[in-house]
Amino acid sequence: MAEKLEVKELDQVVVRFSGDSGDGMQLAGNIFSTVSATVGNGISTFPDYPADIRAPQGSLTGVSGFQVHIGAGKVYTPGDLCDVLVAMNAAALKTQYRYAKPGATIIIDTDSFGPKDLEKAQFKTEDYLGEMDIDADRVIACPMTQMVKAALEDSGMDNKAMLKCRNMFALGLVCWLFDRDLNLVANFLKEKFAKKPAIAEANIKVIQAGYDYGHNTHSSATNVYRIESSVKEPGRYMDITGNKATAYGLIAAAEKAGLPLYLGSYPITPATDILHELSKHKSCGVITVQCEDEISGCASAVGAAFAGALAATSTSGPGICLKSEAMNLAVIDELPLVVIDVQRGGPSTGLPTKSEQTDLLQALYGRNGESPMPVIAALSPTDCFDAAFDAAKMALEHLTPVVLLTDAFVANGSGAFLLPESMDELEDINPHYVTPELKGHYTPYFRDPETLVRYWAIPGQEGYTHILGGLEKDGRTGAISTDPENHDEMCRLRAEKVARIPVPDLMVEGDRDRADLLIVGFGSTYGHLYSAMQELRKKGHRVALAQFRYINPLPKNTARVLRKYPNVVVAEQNLGQLAAYLRSQVDEFVPYQFNQVKGQPFVVSELVEAFENILEPRRTRISSVSLSMSD
Amino acid sequence: MNDYTFNDYKKGQPRWCPGCGDHFFLASLHKAMAETGVAPHEMAVISGIGCSSRLPYYVNTYAMQTIHGRAAAIATGAKIVNPKLCIWQISGDGDGLAIGGNHFIHAMRRNIDLNMILLNNRIYGLTKGQYSPTSPRGFVSKSSPYGTVEDPFRPAELCFGARGHFFARCVATDAKGSIEVLKAAYEHKGASVTEVLQNCVIFNDHCHDIVYNNEGRKKNAIYVRHGEKLVFGENNEFGLVQQGFGLKVVEIGKDGYTIDDVLVHDAHCEDNTLQLKLAMMSPEDGFPIALGVIRDVEAPTYDEAVHQQLADVSAQKKYHNFMELLETNDIWEVK
Repeated sequence: MAEKLEVKELDQVVVRFSGDSGDGMQLAGNIFSTVSATVGNGISTFPDYPADIRAPQGSLTGVSGFQVHIGAGKVYTPGDLCDVLVAMNAAALKTQYRYAKPGATIIIDTDSFGPKDLEKAQFKTEDYLGEMDIDADRVIACPMTQMVKAALEDSGMDNKAMLKCRNMFALGLVCWLFDRDLNLVANFLKEKFAKKPAIAEANIKVIQAGYDYGHNTHSSATNVYRIESSVKEPGRYMDITGNKATAYGLIAAAEKAGLPLYLGSYPITPATDILHELSKHKSCGVITVQCEDEISGCASAVGAAFAGALAATSTSGPGICLKSEAMNLAVIDELPLVVIDVQRGGPSTGLPTKSEQTDLLQALYGRNGESPMPVIAALSPTDCFDAAFDAAKMALEHLTPVVLLTDAFVANGSGAFLLPESMDELEDINPHYVTPELKGHYTPYFRDPETLVRYWAIPGQEGYTHILGGLEKDGRTGAISTDPENHDEMCRLRAEKVARIPVPDLMVEGDRDRADLLIVGFGSTYGHLYSAMQELRKKGHRVALAQFRYINPLPKNTARVLRKYPNVVVAEQNLGQLAAYLRSQVDEFVPYQFNQVKGQPFVVSELVEAFENILEPRRTRISSVSLSMSD
Repeated sequence: MNDYTFNDYKKGQPRWCPGCGDHFFLASLHKAMAETGVAPHEMAVISGIGCSSRLPYYVNTYAMQTIHGRAAAIATGAKIVNPKLCIWQISGDGDGLAIGGNHFIHAMRRNIDLNMILLNNRIYGLTKGQYSPTSPRGFVSKSSPYGTVEDPFRPAELCFGARGHFFARCVATDAKGSIEVLKAAYEHKGASVTEVLQNCVIFNDHCHDIVYNNEGRKKNAIYVRHGEKLVFGENNEFGLVQQGFGLKVVEIGKDGYTIDDVLVHDAHCEDNTLQLKLAMMSPEDGFPIALGVIRDVEAPTYDEAVHQQLADVSAQKKYHNFMELLETNDIWEVK
């Protein structure tokens, strides 16, 4: 997949839209990314929003950002630092400038840099550019508010409604800089506001005003290159966030399996959008229940699985702790269940809107007893679709709960999703149902001798009544058993059943035949680690990447891959959970580790520096890289 | 319609202590199940943890013994996706009202069609004798050697407070009374709570003595039936009348009270005020314990509403499968 595409730094640009939470930065960013994707650019987006719903206007804590990365070819991350920063007010400039590259172009609305605005943003003088050491030549300073009002003078809109269009002025200006076709933007808005043509028209007018302003003032972004379109896989695309893709994956899987889809959930950031998305699609037969608590979200899903649905529950942060008891019931009852954990900063409430990969060991082991459970981690926003589909397929075909790990980064980020042309493109899902031969003498622990999967009898069918429960059962009769030998056997059997689930081999990308360094990661860090690998290869290093998507069971070639290279670094957004797990599974595996738990995505340049340090150890060691042995 | 006998619902050899109220109740449940005419494979019995929650092992239906307190939540998921299933949800006072209290009240509030059985022996039996949320204040147990310093829940109050539409009470040893309310619980569409007064011979013996046999019930209980006068006593010589904001026990023919003054039970009354008063009556306050169906009010059920909404939205929307759903997005084409 990825290795075919060579990413050229010069063919990429990162734009960060920032302003108050209510300034519509996400919409502006989305339109820019969609329009760019329409002309064949690769896209990746990432919203960075505050935990407060509406912090005071113009305050530092109320700033939200939306970063868009577009490229001539495929792009793998939303980008480290931006080439163009749009700051709709003083607070945005103050807090977001740190995400700008040296020499980046800064677009500001000078109407939001008055004395009060500067005070709220904690500037000390009126020379805000000087205070931040920004060269005025790089700044496109535009009285946006006034210009928007002028553009909408005859619209009959009130002041408040007019101000809401400021984001479109900024978008128009950005479209000028990057030579985007305004007709595409207009079409987008006409469709989006099909029922409110007046709003569409006003927005289009303001975009044109922003575009014309750029034209008339000969604005240019000195360091930015025009983004050419390169050939992308032909087909029909849509922009999709990870949470939406997860929801779509479940809907597709339920349809493929011929089962109703049930989601039991309790609102929690950043997983809630999965509940929102699925709640919309009742016309596809999706049932969602906003439960009384996280426990009930999972417990009701276990009940739904027992009664014959593709059952799922979604959560984040502390929610996964509360679900673990009911997840374990699904383990001992061998019921199909998809548990979606959109990881966020922890422990406890932690950083609710920020991203990290710190639930891995909990997903693997965080339950009482011997509790084997498959774990799949999505690689990107669009991969959430496939990962959710795969998790559902695994759950239904192997009658087991499956944990799908995503995180705030992939859940809120978006990418261009290639639409399947028909349902035939998706793999079949064959739930492991009872067979007619078992009628009349069925027990829930009859198993397929090869896969060890039991047979699923859905209540309502005559001849298969049975009891499931949380107590250990005799492996043959299904009766309650405390027999020591039986329990030992059942623990091994449940583990072996999961171990026998077939998963694809671990793929190695880059210099797979002879690399001096193998980078290892899992899930959502794929884009950053891939980009870091490519950077290093451009610099002449021989580097490969192995990104785990299937974590339990591990791909069969895991040990072979990990032992093949002289140096291995496990890079993850936690303090070493994947490294610890791999060391427990692969004898004498001693990797370097790169660990960050900042709640922010990796920064490619930092990865490159750290990995170079491993390749050329004479350089100064940086603190976050260490040998996992206490050397 | 009734092709089944109670034997069709029986399974296994119950392992409760000899004399445990659960044995009696199980026999009544088997009979009531047969009388509903619902086939064993169209029923599911779902319990939590505790002595009474072992019950699903002794029914020949689809069944789940789950985890502590979660039976109502698990049964909710099962009922929503498989609405034809007739679900009996079994809990004890600890399972249903302590660890599972949240699920109990929300099942009531949603009014999902579950037959919820609360076997109340006012003690934790399986963990060998700790006080429960229905044990009276001052109750001495292994975990309260000097007596509890907290007030108990009264299940009816909780049920009514959660806007429950059905509440009935029976005594485990009273087969006739139990079967009658279980059938009514089955007939009721929506969440029903049946409180079963049940003795624990080991850790809380005699806890319901005053109504545990026929003689006691004649003296200390009143059987309430919709549309019938609220009279009780060995010869129905006593009646309940309304006085001020409360109820009062009167002897018919004395102090100027005639049978015409006695209240007629209205289980279908939307306003639950008097039903609650009936449910809360206690011999300690000079009242009989009310047995039978105390409240039985029709209301929209959650499971039906969920499926109705699926149908309504389906009729409105133009997409009905995944491929059609994709087309509702902003799509661009790369050639």
